[in-house]
Amino acid sequence: MAQIRIENLRKEFGAFTAVQNSTFTIEDGEFFMLLGPSGCGKTTTLRMMAGLELPTSGRIYIDGEEVSQKRASQRDIAFVFQMFALYPHMTVRGNISYPLKSQGMPKARVREKVGEVAEILGITDILDRPVGGLSGGDRQRVALGRAIVRQPKAFFMDEPLGALDAEFREHMAEELRALHDRMEATTVYVTHDQLEAMQMGDKIAVMNHGVVEQFGVPQDIYDWPATKFVAQFIGSPPMNFLEFDGMIGAGHDEVRLNGVAVKVPEAIDGASGKLTLGVRPEHVKLDDAAPYRGRIVASEYLGTTRIVTLDTPGGVLKARIPSSEAVVVGQTTGLSFDARTLTLFENTHGHALRSHANAGVLAHG
Amino acid sequence: MSYSVTEPSKPQKWIAGLLVAAYGIITILPLLWIISTSFKSQNDAIAYPPEVFSEFTLGGYVNLFTTQTRQSAEALEANPPETWYDEIVHERGMAIVGPSRFGERFMNSVIIGFGSTFLSVFLGTLAAYAFSRFRIPLKDDLLFFILSTRMMPPIAVAIPIFLMFRGLGLSDTHAGMILLYTAVNLSLSVWLLKGFIDEIPREYEEAALIDGYTRFQAFYKVVLPQAATGIASTAIFCLIFAWNEYAFAVLLTSGNAQTAPPFIPTIIGVTGQDWPAVAAGATIFLVPVMVFTILLRKHLLRGITFGAVRK
Repeated sequence: MAQIRIENLRKEFGAFTAVQNSTFTIEDGEFFMLLGPSGCGKTTTLRMMAGLELPTSGRIYIDGEEVSQKRASQRDIAFVFQMFALYPHMTVRGNISYPLKSQGMPKARVREKVGEVAEILGITDILDRPVGGLSGGDRQRVALGRAIVRQPKAFFMDEPLGALDAEFREHMAEELRALHDRMEATTVYVTHDQLEAMQMGDKIAVMNHGVVEQFGVPQDIYDWPATKFVAQFIGSPPMNFLEFDGMIGAGHDEVRLNGVAVKVPEAIDGASGKLTLGVRPEHVKLDDAAPYRGRIVASEYLGTTRIVTLDTPGGVLKARIPSSEAVVVGQTTGLSFDARTLTLFENTHGHALRSHANAGVLAHG
Repeated sequence: MSYSVTEPSKPQKWIAGLLVAAYGIITILPLLWIISTSFKSQNDAIAYPPEVFSEFTLGGYVNLFTTQTRQSAEALEANPPETWYDEIVHERGMAIVGPSRFGERFMNSVIIGFGSTFLSVFLGTLAAYAFSRFRIPLKDDLLFFILSTRMMPPIAVAIPIFLMFRGLGLSDTHAGMILLYTAVNLSLSVWLLKGFIDEIPREYEEAALIDGYTRFQAFYKVVLPQAATGIASTAIFCLIFAWNEYAFAVLLTSGNAQTAPPFIPTIIGVTGQDWPAVAAGATIFLVPVMVFTILLRKHLLRGITFGAVRK
């Protein structure tokens, strides 16, 4: 098992830059998520780590060894593809034993190893079946079997659950995480699904337009987004943005949001001009006494909670409130925010302003 | 693929059936006529009105494979018949003096046809794989250039090729004909195979690369088995062209490397054109392509749809 270090990794396809100057470290045994919308460079980053693409510049270290320009076969890693890519002309056993055969392992030993892996994955009964007729879940297990049988230094997975039905995906996600905990293998997992990333990952790197926007544990990223992109990409509904013209001085803890004073965490960076206040829906309270007011335009009932959409002077805002709280569409109400959870963004680059609350998280982002 | 939702009515089915049957008969009739002619005597073969059912004889096949000479009356007189063969010699006044050239010509066809097919498919597969998988400068132009070699009938360049072959000493050689047919077939083979290989997801090879195999191992252990369908159908197309090619064969071969197509029409019997022998030659000539096609039939049926059917 191994630590993976990425330094200034860059990939260009002709004039298009798919990945620009990414730097991050994946610790030994970590379940690491590369998260981002399609075309953000997450798959290209993964493929460079695996050796399926060669970087234009930058370095990749696996277990301390520089592998940037090495062939995939020399990196001792396993890859699980989105469409599984099981060898269609072979049986399940043939597929799982294929990586061992390339090492010239004796037949009896291969049989034994394949048996062990099949046992772990619960597919002993289908070992001699051709892969053509297997269900999505079984194909997924066979693909995992082919990956773990060799006990590689790291596992790379490219949206491995993307081809499965929604209900089955949940189940496989748990299985995958359990498998990881059992093997304690460094795993890099690419997904565009923020829930999957939060649910399974020890750490997440959020990418956009070839740039790693933020990198850290899921809760830090959720609570203290480094950019407006991250704030919007993670969370459902995403973080609310209330735009205003104003200023905050270093050391101050209040902004004037369209004439209403709102408490925020004590600022380290000062800024003025066009700013955005970011607030998670669950940190909004409907409080008729509050001075910041909005008109309720819609209400969605979600069982335990309710999502209320409001029109406010700073823009449309969604609040997540307990479903027991009754709301009347069309009514105007006051809104209060949980001051400890707020993030201010400057609008030019969409970066979060440092405050005493988020400085620790942003320091390693 | 889309399917018609309404079931055709009974009369529609009948009409469709009759059309198909009629087409089948029209297509197969000349073939049946040639085969039946090959089993007729020379007189029955040219009888008018034509005889559909006539006496069965293998004379055509005997004439096809043998060279015969007329026996003088004295010679026949001197050797009274002892075996069944002598009796036939006496009856016909002809004796077999050796094999005809048909066997050689047929072997030439086999060597040149299968040789060029193998070469076309082999080179075509490698080229198609490269075109399908790698970033190649001017890829589209190269592909267009390869296709453009088929934009006029090959025979249009017969005279330059004739002169070239004479200059290079390739005229009337097996190597020359194999090269020529390979060159003609290669564009078809590259294009067909590129289509098939494009259909094979790259992930299969990438999985093999990660599983510890080299690019070449990944190619022949993972891609080739997947491309078997495409290779089989391409091979059939190439063989059919090379096997049946007539014009270049007439022009460029005479003695040594002549293939069967220019040879068969020249089979002349003692009393003029020996039609049963010609028909026998044509019948035997059909066999290898049919056997080859039947052997690869399973692949062909899937391949001929050019990847339209999901695997």
